[in-house]
Amino acid sequence: MGASVVMMRTPAETALIERFNAEKAGLPGAAEARAEAFARFEKSGLPSKRVESYHYTDLRSLLRNPAPVAADAVAAKTLKLKGFRRLGFTNGRWQGGESAPGVSVKPLADAYAEGLVPGLGMGQSSDVVVDLNTAFARDGVAIEVEAGAEARLHLAFSENVASAQSITPRVIVTIREGASLVLVQSHEGPNAVAYQVNEMVELRLGSQAKVEHIRLNQSGDKAMVLSNIAATLGEEAELSTTQLALGGETCRHQVFVTYQGENAKSAIRGATLLKGEQHHDSTLVVDHAVPHGESRELFRTVVDGTAQGVFQGKIIVRPHAQKTDGQMASNALLLSDEAGMSNKPELEIFADDVLCAHGATCGALDENQLFYLQARGLPKQQAEALLVEAFIGEVLEPISDEGLRDVLAGLVSEWMQARVVA
Amino acid sequence: MLEIKNLHVEIDGKKILNGLNLKVNRGEVAAIMGPNGSGKSTLSYVVAGKEDYTVTEGEILLDGVNILEMEPHERAHAGLFLAFQYPLEIPGVATMTFLKAALNAQAKSRGEEELSPGDFMKKVRAASAKLGINPDMLKRPLNVGFSGGEKKRMEILQMALLEPKMAILDETDSGLDIDALRIVAEGVNAQRDPNHAFLVITHYQRLLDHIRPDTVHVMAAGRIVKSGGPEIALELEERGYAEYIGAAA
Ligand SMILES: Nc1ncnc2c1ncn2[C@@H]1O[C@H](COP(=O)(O)OP(=O)(O)OP(=O)(O)O)[C@@H](O)[C@H]1O
Ligand SMILES: [Mg+2]
Repeated sequence: MGASVVMMRTPAETALIERFNAEKAGLPGAAEARAEAFARFEKSGLPSKRVESYHYTDLRSLLRNPAPVAADAVAAKTLKLKGFRRLGFTNGRWQGGESAPGVSVKPLADAYAEGLVPGLGMGQSSDVVVDLNTAFARDGVAIEVEAGAEARLHLAFSENVASAQSITPRVIVTIREGASLVLVQSHEGPNAVAYQVNEMVELRLGSQAKVEHIRLNQSGDKAMVLSNIAATLGEEAELSTTQLALGGETCRHQVFVTYQGENAKSAIRGATLLKGEQHHDSTLVVDHAVPHGESRELFRTVVDGTAQGVFQGKIIVRPHAQKTDGQMASNALLLSDEAGMSNKPELEIFADDVLCAHGATCGALDENQLFYLQARGLPKQQAEALLVEAFIGEVLEPISDEGLRDVLAGLVSEWMQARVVA
Repeated sequence: MLEIKNLHVEIDGKKILNGLNLKVNRGEVAAIMGPNGSGKSTLSYVVAGKEDYTVTEGEILLDGVNILEMEPHERAHAGLFLAFQYPLEIPGVATMTFLKAALNAQAKSRGEEELSPGDFMKKVRAASAKLGINPDMLKRPLNVGFSGGEKKRMEILQMALLEPKMAILDETDSGLDIDALRIVAEGVNAQRDPNHAFLVITHYQRLLDHIRPDTVHVMAAGRIVKSGGPEIALELEERGYAEYIGAAA
């Protein structure tokens, strides 16, 4: 056992290598970063379940056929939000649109040409999915929010594909000192099409910058969705990132947060509702590289059918990152006997004066609570819906925009209603 | 109103109710007293329709209709209410949201219009004020972090809003301070009329000083072993349950 084991290349790995070699000359900018990232991939290959961080999501067997790059398409109808400047993306490509005061938006290729380097948000972490995004991303935008500016942006991604195609956008957002940004990222796509998304958002928060990020996964029911958030926090920066995941067949949502300045705070939240044969993995790496950081993680997963949920959360506290305060919780509700959940919270603490804790729970709806509600006249399905919506509601509650919160709560309630009909 | 005939109930193979007979008439306030573990809460749960119990024999009739096959919410719609001995905490559900859901579900079952938000608020505010419930409490998640006495008042608030024809109060007096006891008793007395009936489970004469029962039943080892008037409660206060425990065994 050990390093000497050489895995055979899978057809998917071979195809990716051939593609990179064929395409690399035409990929826009960031050639060095692409080459480095791809070299790491070539060395490691697609991670199988033997790789610890992919134990529950065996990418080697899940990604059999890397789909061809999605063609241009007309925009499909997508979620509309009030009070947000909207940037539409179809098949990963920005459809243009005006930017907001204090905000500049440019195509990724232009930003790369001007010297923007991808991947800085990863801190000391590296990850195969991120590397593949770095290597292949051609579409996306670079956004910059000026120092002190306030902005509300909605990145509305809609996929319009009729066959298995791949979509690999990259968004790099720089939030300058003292700026504040609410960033909504919604993803919608057709059902019954096995399209593949590997999408990444980098958030680079300057000192005292504030970002509230919300990602909505309403991808199609056969889609493979690999989504990545990488954030770096400057001094006294504050980040919250919340995902509501309803769609996709196989999903892995990764969040990497690196503390670069002291007294920064982050809140990472996830609300995931799974049914049928869905698989959803939320994997976090929170890296306290400097002292006095605070992090809060709250993940709630509702699993029905034979679906499988995964939570992997790692809090790293580097040797000199004293006075770190990290609290992580993952709670799952299983609505059927065959539903499954794997919880793996991890603390890697190398400093001695820290306050870190984690907790994970997994169980069915509480029969006594259900009975209490029924005894007051609520039919069982309504009682269940009330409890599930409350369970998920605690994750969505901190979202500051009431309209958005209502939209998301409405989707949760529709999900419960669809369950009754099914 | 409520008639229980020869009720036998088991849980996990353990027999808890042993041929219990009880009748509560329309307009009547009946009290049940009995030692710990005699099956009083079990009786109240079985009447309300909790799933865990197996009824091996007997009938429960509400207005002449056997309710044993009915779901808990259908029993509630039929006019039954149970004030729980241990009200459940429901995190994430604001008390107000819950009250509205309950009221609307019952209105819907009767084919009535839902109350307008304004009328609903008025109704809840008025009922809360009578029970000395601070309106701020209604914004909090249902029963979460409420004191024992607050939880009991919240049960009575629900009863006041739902206006059940048959209410079972399982030790609603336990945990109440002297003033709260009086307030809760007034809540019950306010609903007392020829169309409403109450079954009050209690350990203490104190409550019965405020809610004067028409009948008192003694329960021991899963059956009613003695029935009579309010004087029985006074006797129990003096002599305890010793004679009944012997008799039931
Ligand atoms: N799930 C259960 N499994 C086994 N025994 C149970 C279960 N639930 C109740 N019992 C038993 O049934 C008996 C009756 O319990 P119950 O709660 O009805 O008593 P009670 O008369 O309400 O008592 P108290 O005055 O203390 O409230 C007790 O011996 C109790 O331990
Ligand atoms: Mg009891």
